Amino acid sequence: MSAAGTLLDKLWGAHEIMCREDGTSLLWVDRHLVHEGSHHAFAKLADRKMTVAEPALTFGVVDHYAPTRAGDVASDIRRMIKTLGGNARAAGIKLFDLHDPAQGIVHVIGPEQGLTLPGSLVNCGDSHTSTHGAFGALAFGVGATEVAHILATQTIWQKRPKTMRITFDGALGAGVTAKDMALHWIAALGADGAQGYAVEYAGEAVRALSMEGRMTLCNLSIEGGARMGMIAPDAVTYDYAKGRPFAPEDDAWDAAVADWKLLHSDADAEFDHEVRFDAAAIAPTVTWGTSPEDALPISGHVPQSEGAKNISATLEYMGLEAGMPLSQIAVDQVFIGSCTNGRIEDLRMAAKVLEGRRSVVPGLVSPGSMQVKKQAEEEGLAQIFVQAGLEWAGAGCSMCVGMNGDLVDAGKRCASSTNRNFKGRQGRGARTHLMSPAMVAAAAVTGHLTDVRPLLEGRI
Amino acid sequence: MSGWKTLSGTAVALPQSNIDTDQIIPARFMSQPRSEGYGGFLLHDVRRAQQGHPLDRYAPKVLVAGRNFGSGSSREAAVYALVDYGISAVFAPSFGDIFAGNAVNNGLLAAQVDEDMATSLIAAMGEWACEAEVDLTSGRAVIAGHDLAFDLDPVRRQKLINGWDDIDLTAQYSDQIKTFRAAHLAARPWAMPEI
Repeated sequence: MSAAGTLLDKLWGAHEIMCREDGTSLLWVDRHLVHEGSHHAFAKLADRKMTVAEPALTFGVVDHYAPTRAGDVASDIRRMIKTLGGNARAAGIKLFDLHDPAQGIVHVIGPEQGLTLPGSLVNCGDSHTSTHGAFGALAFGVGATEVAHILATQTIWQKRPKTMRITFDGALGAGVTAKDMALHWIAALGADGAQGYAVEYAGEAVRALSMEGRMTLCNLSIEGGARMGMIAPDAVTYDYAKGRPFAPEDDAWDAAVADWKLLHSDADAEFDHEVRFDAAAIAPTVTWGTSPEDALPISGHVPQSEGAKNISATLEYMGLEAGMPLSQIAVDQVFIGSCTNGRIEDLRMAAKVLEGRRSVVPGLVSPGSMQVKKQAEEEGLAQIFVQAGLEWAGAGCSMCVGMNGDLVDAGKRCASSTNRNFKGRQGRGARTHLMSPAMVAAAAVTGHLTDVRPLLEGRI
Repeated sequence: MSGWKTLSGTAVALPQSNIDTDQIIPARFMSQPRSEGYGGFLLHDVRRAQQGHPLDRYAPKVLVAGRNFGSGSSREAAVYALVDYGISAVFAPSFGDIFAGNAVNNGLLAAQVDEDMATSLIAAMGEWACEAEVDLTSGRAVIAGHDLAFDLDPVRRQKLINGWDDIDLTAQYSDQIKTFRAAHLAARPWAMPEI
């Protein structure tokens, strides 16, 4: 091994069982997280009469279909949840079921429960598994065939991706968040800009992020095409992980931290691609189109078709006119939640904007986990949301993906703290604008996309 | 899964870029069991929003699409929808990484062509069907009279040709996995979850 390595090199080396002549590596999986959507994979396993190889390293959670509001639950949703329960029980997998106090979105509870640790390889049949890379873990989403393979063998075949370092120099301005950093780089490089790469985030502004901000940044890596995003662990990481229910304790903890301290790209490590941004130049950012790359600072205007990039179909779907100021886009509703921005700091930021104010449009707030929900209620945040006129719901993927029936109606426009503004993502014909939770709160208060910074003055 | 080396059939163009997996199969269909086939869900809402969508007028085996096809959600159901409809190959300038892996695991070719080639193909095809011939061995295809080379990772090419199944393949390495597991966990007393 060469003297200078990247974080990816170190994580890869620690998990590589063997490398075939064709360059494909067989990697050991430390944590495998499954959810209701994993039913295809369990069915594949059953077809082959195979069992789960490492139940102690496999964890299940109800999130994609989790009902978040009181009322009747559709039969197919009940069936999805029941199927996961049956598969988990049969395999002896620990399940965070619907009424478990630790239930929540897989990418929120993994870290929260101390299942996600630096130096580990985390797989899940969900593209936002890149979230866990915030701990200095090798974490990436996989498809159902790969989920079945991991269940059967606790390993996965992968070709080592190329490396890209995205450095954010300087400091973010007040009211500007990790969400804005992510939308900023994705707009600059494109939704396929990091395809084939593992992204490492670095620089002063990344170091200054809390663990939750780092998770938001890594979460959105896949929206720029990168299956993996990662940040070298530091004291912020250790402080977050320490004392979590499944985290190591005592001697094992000390051994862990000693190992984790080696997890960083060496000073002279070379990356296949390097990109730098000035954090101070990033403004609160919103999307106007149907791809996360369609993002602009809130002071911007809806763009025109230009050359090869004909956006008329996008504008028609979104119901927008080219050239109109983004801040004049009126919204019908708001949503705060998701694996991207459903954590306690996200709710605190939104509540700072909403405290003592009313939302002029209806909206839903779905905390990322039951733990987040409990904490938000104890801190009085839930009350702020309710007093502002928003609905306070249970934990799950909720209106980010709409599988549980939390949907945006056709033609309705939603300011959303989620990760995908794809056509139909929040419901058939729904129009989604992505932004930070604080920006969603600002849109709620004014009824249109708005720069949150004046609304935060004197509050942060 | 059986492998394949060549195919010939009808091709149509989907000129849009960023055809994500939420469009390929809307989430609401994903609770359905595969047994009845996912073909009817393919681009379900897009097809209904566009009168005379090529997928409703023809029964293509080959698609030519804009860049970043299959981006977004890891849902393998997007590949099931394509395969169950009858699609065997998609040509595009770029693909979502997870989608491209899911494709090969289901015998679907995700063939990368350069952006200029995709643009001229899409222009030549318009809204009509054309003939396509694909040869995995040579990495070449003829679509709408254009003779072109496509990029495909050699590992994936082999897998498509042989119809390999990774679980069978991995079984050969079970001793190495056992040895690795023991050493990995012994060196990392923290790696086993504490309960």
